[in-house]
Amino acid sequence: MLKKNKFFIPVLIILLVAVLICAIAFGAVSILPSEMFSSLKHFFQGKNPANIYEGVFIQLRLPRVLLCAVTGAILAVSGVLMQGLFRNPIVEPGLVGTSAGAALGASFVFVMAPTFSPAIKSITGPLLVPIVAFIGALLATYIVYALAKNAKRVSIMSLLLIGIAINAVCLSGTGFLSYIARDPQARSITFWNLGTFSGASWQQVFIVGTVAAIIFTFSLRYSKQLNTLLLGEEEAGYLGVDADKLKMRVMLLNTAMVSVATAFVGVISFMGLIVPHVLRLLIDSDNKKLLPASMLLGAMLLVLADMCARLLLAPAEVPIGIITSLVGAPVFIVLLKRFNVLNDKGGYNA
Amino acid sequence: MLKTENISYRVNDKLILNGISTVFKPGEFNMILGPNGSGKSTFLKVFSGELQKYNGNVFYNDKKIALSKKEELAKYRAVMSQQPELSFPLMVEEVVMMGRYPHFIFNPNKKDISICNQVIERMNLTSFKERNYLTLSGGEKQRVQYARVLAQIWEKPTTGYRYLFLDEPLNSLDINYQHEFLQIAKEFTNNDTVLVAVMHDINLAIQYADNLLFLKQGQLIAHGKPNEVLSSAIIKDVFNVNATLINNPISGNPLVIFG
Repeated sequence: MLKKNKFFIPVLIILLVAVLICAIAFGAVSILPSEMFSSLKHFFQGKNPANIYEGVFIQLRLPRVLLCAVTGAILAVSGVLMQGLFRNPIVEPGLVGTSAGAALGASFVFVMAPTFSPAIKSITGPLLVPIVAFIGALLATYIVYALAKNAKRVSIMSLLLIGIAINAVCLSGTGFLSYIARDPQARSITFWNLGTFSGASWQQVFIVGTVAAIIFTFSLRYSKQLNTLLLGEEEAGYLGVDADKLKMRVMLLNTAMVSVATAFVGVISFMGLIVPHVLRLLIDSDNKKLLPASMLLGAMLLVLADMCARLLLAPAEVPIGIITSLVGAPVFIVLLKRFNVLNDKGGYNA
Repeated sequence: MLKTENISYRVNDKLILNGISTVFKPGEFNMILGPNGSGKSTFLKVFSGELQKYNGNVFYNDKKIALSKKEELAKYRAVMSQQPELSFPLMVEEVVMMGRYPHFIFNPNKKDISICNQVIERMNLTSFKERNYLTLSGGEKQRVQYARVLAQIWEKPTTGYRYLFLDEPLNSLDINYQHEFLQIAKEFTNNDTVLVAVMHDINLAIQYADNLLFLKQGQLIAHGKPNEVLSSAIIKDVFNVNATLINNPISGNPLVIFG
């Protein structure tokens, strides 16, 4: 099944561009390519949008699609990093508490915000939910990591098991907050847990995009070391890689970027799991190829999902998490069956 | 030259290695023999730099191994462990290329690629190059891993020696490959390589080894040329089996017959 294909990445790039253009064009209002160009022209000339279509494009559609692309790339890369680190194909960012912690933080703000002092609210402005969600994500992941640490080493098994426990704690915290919440707050919590890009702004694109750019660069630099981990930690050591140090650094990078993305858009499941799997079956697990490919495919798929979310019940919006799970889960099962991953005892064949 | 000084290693108060001092010289094929649980693999892990919490000292050419950086060590010391497995699909070519990782920063240069090709050819793996490693048989996987390990130290370093350590390298190999593996390893000794292998098959060891080292319950029982150290008594002592030594009619070496 594995094939060497020089055109794989270029094809992904072309597809991504096509999907981006479609996603910008279609929505509650359709935008013509000519309007996209003129809107961009006006934007760079510092003029106001000439009409409602140009306005929708530059203020709503473009930042939304871009935020979506960056988030998709982050989730997919994070899946690659974590699966590589844990040497386990079922790992995704949610397993070490990052998403659950963010959800708890966001829920806390939704329910308790009325009791916060006005000073806090005026300082943070619209960033109040993302900031607290980010702190929640970091804290939950840190607790998982700290508890799993044993005699300076972090074993994969204990990390996963403690992750399950901390996820349960965060989930019950979120559950309790929804229980004491009034109806509109409870709905906010539900929606946040299903992810949404409806609040996308240029500010968010800028923050998430910068974090992503920095961390992707680092991840690519670690791709060689991550490859050696495929052989196991002992072998990696013989190839000159300090596995403990590497795990620590990659965990840190990974947590930072997933926390930032989740803080803005909520919990989006399955992306981190499915994209790396598809690519491992299509190309192979060489991180030098896998990382860039997963950035592109992750961006593409999440933009597609968001487009569906906007179009399915237009003008209303379906939460994107519903789409990613609903489509992602069956696709995932089909892939596993088709490529015989499940038949192989404890193994992973393509 | 590799020197171990009074190496002891314990796990939860159980003494696994008990004061092993010995010297492995370059250009000689050293083989470690001993029953299960005698500490062979642990000893290899200590002098290869994998285990750190031991007592005693390991010197590579008079430099304490504890003072060497992992990245530096990886440029001239390669280790074949027991049955390394890959957790995800990867092309055979890239697995072999991993052996060159310590030598380049991001992309392999021409030399790295040419070394990989040489090793792949030497190991008769050319037709496997673009296969998925996970679809190979146990023996094929082992040949790929061996190629990776050899690629790591294929060229002589400008200073000092190369160090090649093999931990039961022949486990799932057919007899022809068993001999080929040892033959290739033996070729390395001509080039000033410190070579140590943990072995199971005494007669195979005798055929290729310049020195045999017997371990029993973490203690060094004997280390020397096969002709000098081998006897029915030592085999009885170390392995607790009765053995008779006869002359191998072809090589003139001793041949051990059990029972």
